[in-house]
Amino acid sequence: MVRISKENYQKIVEHAIAELPNEACGLIAGRVDGTDKFIEKVYLLTNVDHSNEHFSLDPKEQLAAVKEIRNLGYIPLGNWHSHPESPSRPSEEDKRLAYDKNASYLILSLMEQENPVLNSFHIEGTDASKEELIIEE
Amino acid sequence: MRIIVSGETKEVKEEITIAELIELENVETPEYVSVSVNDEFVNGEDFATYKLKNGDVVEFLYFMGGGQ
Repeated sequence: MVRISKENYQKIVEHAIAELPNEACGLIAGRVDGTDKFIEKVYLLTNVDHSNEHFSLDPKEQLAAVKEIRNLGYIPLGNWHSHPESPSRPSEEDKRLAYDKNASYLILSLMEQENPVLNSFHIEGTDASKEELIIEE
Repeated sequence: MRIIVSGETKEVKEEITIAELIELENVETPEYVSVSVNDEFVNGEDFATYKLKNGDVVEFLYFMGGGQ
């Protein structure tokens, strides 16, 4: 189970809408308790592809985030990105580039901007499975 | 000599190269890993010849990307 606060969820949605028509992306960090992941910090990073179909995290921003995550005593939990024009599910490219089977991959669909859909996925090889995601008030 | 790898202090041989360190650390899918030394990214073509020094701070960063 993956848990994210409403505040952090809103941060992702607002940033993704601000970055339209391009995909937006970032990192998630926090803590793990048993099988539950608690997202305590959301990072809004630059999509260096500046594309509505692809994303790549800015390595310099990624480096700074990784160091801050460590200093905060959190662990990297995975990443998030938006799909401006497609559903909240991993594309073939998303799966191909998901190297960490321990990570959670959050995908925000903005197909209906007034009704954003955020899902979390576990990706291993070509298999992707949805993880239970709870947005906490 | 001692270096710091992903926040942890490690004892390694003198003048270890980045390529050797990647192997030593069992870094998975190294072709998708960027390496920074003291906050400066090192070109992948130089991994085999770049010799680390005592006290260097090394970070391994996985490329993260995708597409809809």
